[in-house]
Amino acid sequence: MMRHPPVWMGLLLWTVFGQANAAWTVNMAPGATEVSNAVFDLHMTIFWICVIIGIVVFGAMFWSMVVHRRSTGQQAAHFHEHTWVEIMWTVVPFLILVAMAIPATKTLIDIYDASESDIDIQVTGYQWKWHYKYLGQDVEFFSNLATPADQIHNKAPKDEHYLLEVDQPLVLPVGAKVRFLVTAADVIHSWWVPAFAVKRDAIPGFVNEAWTRIEKPGIYRGQCTELCGKDHGFMPVVVEVKSKADYDTWLGERQAEAAKLKELTSKEWTLEELVERGDKVYHTTCVACHQAEGQGLPPMFPALKGSKIATGPKEDHLGIVFHGKPGTAMAAFGKQLSEVDIAAVVTYERNAWGNNKGDMVTPKDVLALKQAEAQ
Amino acid sequence: MSAVIDDHGHGHEHAHGPAKGLMRWVLTTNHKDIGTMYLWFAFIMFLLGGSFAMVIRAELFQPGLQIVEPAFFNQMTTMHGLIMVFGAVMPAFVGLANWMIPLMIGAPDMALPRMNNFSFWLLPAAFLLLVSTLFSPGGGPNFGWTFYAPLSTTYAPASVTFFIFAIHLMGISSIMGAINVIATILNLRAPGMTLMKMPLFVWTWLITAFLLIAVMPVLAGVVTMMLMDIHFGTSFFSAAGGGDPVLFQHVFWFFGHPEVYIMILPAFGAVSSIIPAFSRKPLFGYTSMVYATGAIAFLSFIVWAHHMFVVGIPVVGELFFMYATMLIAVPTGVKVFNWVSTMWEGSLTFETPMLFAIAFVILFTIGGFSGLMLAIAPADFQYHDTYFVVAHFHYVLVPGAIFGIFASAYYWLPKWTGHMYDETLGKLHFWLSFIGMNMAFFPMHFVGLAGMPRRIPDYNLQFADFNMVSSIGAFMFGATQIFFLFIVIKCIRGGAPAPAKPWDGAEGLEWSVPSPAPYHTFQTPPDVK
Repeated sequence: MMRHPPVWMGLLLWTVFGQANAAWTVNMAPGATEVSNAVFDLHMTIFWICVIIGIVVFGAMFWSMVVHRRSTGQQAAHFHEHTWVEIMWTVVPFLILVAMAIPATKTLIDIYDASESDIDIQVTGYQWKWHYKYLGQDVEFFSNLATPADQIHNKAPKDEHYLLEVDQPLVLPVGAKVRFLVTAADVIHSWWVPAFAVKRDAIPGFVNEAWTRIEKPGIYRGQCTELCGKDHGFMPVVVEVKSKADYDTWLGERQAEAAKLKELTSKEWTLEELVERGDKVYHTTCVACHQAEGQGLPPMFPALKGSKIATGPKEDHLGIVFHGKPGTAMAAFGKQLSEVDIAAVVTYERNAWGNNKGDMVTPKDVLALKQAEAQ
Repeated sequence: MSAVIDDHGHGHEHAHGPAKGLMRWVLTTNHKDIGTMYLWFAFIMFLLGGSFAMVIRAELFQPGLQIVEPAFFNQMTTMHGLIMVFGAVMPAFVGLANWMIPLMIGAPDMALPRMNNFSFWLLPAAFLLLVSTLFSPGGGPNFGWTFYAPLSTTYAPASVTFFIFAIHLMGISSIMGAINVIATILNLRAPGMTLMKMPLFVWTWLITAFLLIAVMPVLAGVVTMMLMDIHFGTSFFSAAGGGDPVLFQHVFWFFGHPEVYIMILPAFGAVSSIIPAFSRKPLFGYTSMVYATGAIAFLSFIVWAHHMFVVGIPVVGELFFMYATMLIAVPTGVKVFNWVSTMWEGSLTFETPMLFAIAFVILFTIGGFSGLMLAIAPADFQYHDTYFVVAHFHYVLVPGAIFGIFASAYYWLPKWTGHMYDETLGKLHFWLSFIGMNMAFFPMHFVGLAGMPRRIPDYNLQFADFNMVSSIGAFMFGATQIFFLFIVIKCIRGGAPAPAKPWDGAEGLEWSVPSPAPYHTFQTPPDVK
């Protein structure tokens, strides 16, 4: 029987600490930043305070349970109320709390000081993916879960980073003060990387600040921690921390790609090219709700296969993808995807799963819609 | 008080016993009948909410999706929470209050018996409405028992409207129950039963009832605002219309934190009778227990934002709520120290009620420790919305509320049924519950600290082993409760006859009436010295 759980937990901490077997991890990791180390120290301090109080309180209880049992012939004493004892057990815990509050206050104030950052990243939560925008750098992208559906449905073996892997991680340089401006496009999400001790709710319509300064290059993983609907468990956070030089190279490449993407809009696309690209876009962006075969999950997420929209006039179809459907989970993808990707995915939906409309929406159509909106 | 003027010895036919047949239960205004119905209703809801927990644990038994889809998983976590909080724990305590408060203060019945009947019968209607949403198109509530907007408004399934009405009905029921408790305690005490002579269960329930009256209207307010946002074009919780999703959380947790104490204070009271009874020694500090309960109730109103440390409240607010939350440890500590001092140098025996009461003190204290850790705002940035929180609140609610209710049930079953329960089976129920509960919830601390978020249907392989242990413990705990049903039915149907006072160390007026307690008691108020 587990009569001394905190001690038991403490012993386990000691025995399992530092062992390579991650499956039986029992404690928080110190992390990769000064703040996360400070938080870890607070965590361990308050933990050991609790263990000591636990030993005293539970020790007294077990002493009574063993020694003061009636079966040992114990006669009950009749004392009750003792002013000094009662004052002491009110004042001593209070002083312990004050002692604990001091370092906690210091760390908290530090966590809140997001001023003088080197890099600003806008983090936006969507159902169910993260969007990262490097403010002032002309680089932005979505970060989607990369774990194949077969692994989730137990049709393929799960790999080490199961559910904690994405198609495009957030890339950051080591040693720089990075400020995160966290918000959301639909419901509340929460962006968490345990190794940085950064967790901030992403709230639609509001922007929250957080910051970090990462000391070691590496790949750091976290998850959304606020229930945000069906696929809450499937929107991981992955951060790849590179040296300053590697980061600059990466940023340059991304900027070049962004410029290239803009050119794609003016390119003449064939139906086959659009369907091919749309297939990929659909399976990263739309599949969570509308499902792999376009069958949807009615009534929350309608089917696209044979639907009135996907087989009706293409202007209406484009309109819904572009503007979303207010009051439902259908987001306005006009703000999320490039012109090419919107054109591709609409074209794909009109020609997949037996919808066979044979028509296409081109990136230029999308651009025209965008420009019409702007006026 | 005119309400207690003697009614004894007159020829009212119904004064001698209950009516016959089903209508006895439908029309009854007897506090014992209503108490019994509340307790049975709570137990049925406990099994239903528990079965939802079994679905959750079955899905989490292994990584990958096996049993249910994420959309249904979310309905299970939501309904498990709602049913356990509003359907199991709260009605069970109201049931105990109905049965025991009149017996403890020497009153013939509750002060408002017809309202008492109505407040019970609202509950089956409310839960029928709530559970029926599971069968509606789009499914039932899937936004967590905390139903944060806008997930519960703009993005909610259509059944959310039924959920809102169900919450309204539960709220009306709770408020009426609370008014009844206050009216009874303040007006119907036997002569000589001064406030500071009341058993602690009566005291804690009096304070709980005031908490209920203070916060249930706030809950009704927040769901009404949701209703307006969903159907009447307002934007309380939508930034696009000038509202604020965080407002929802402030209003919800202004209800939600006192609600946590509503679910624990009556258990504090019951345990404060049970530990002295089996220690054969008076409660160490009666007065300080009363004041500590009052202090906890007061603090419960000024700590709500500790549930919201990561929503981005300003640092000064964060500090205030951190300090206020840490302060709760002081009166809670006073209570724990009092229970331990009561046991000290007593003459202890370990019947089932005492086993549950001791486990209550130990495990609730562990939940208190993790609560103290969670109060440290910077550390909460790591704990928040992980399984560490799930471990924390299950450690306060299962051994706190549920074990408190089990301890009370075993303690008073002889009074209710007139039979002793089977002590061997009772102890077996305790040990299986104790082991199952710790096996289910202790590993959750570990996976939480290792980084597993709550409310996810699937997880990385590093969390697999402890999740499997948790699931096995949960199945064990769940199955054990069917066994409890068997013990109770066995006790109702027979067993050694219980004397008026089956526990030699017990104190209180409830032991001065025969077992089982007659249909009408204290028609003449007893004398309290």
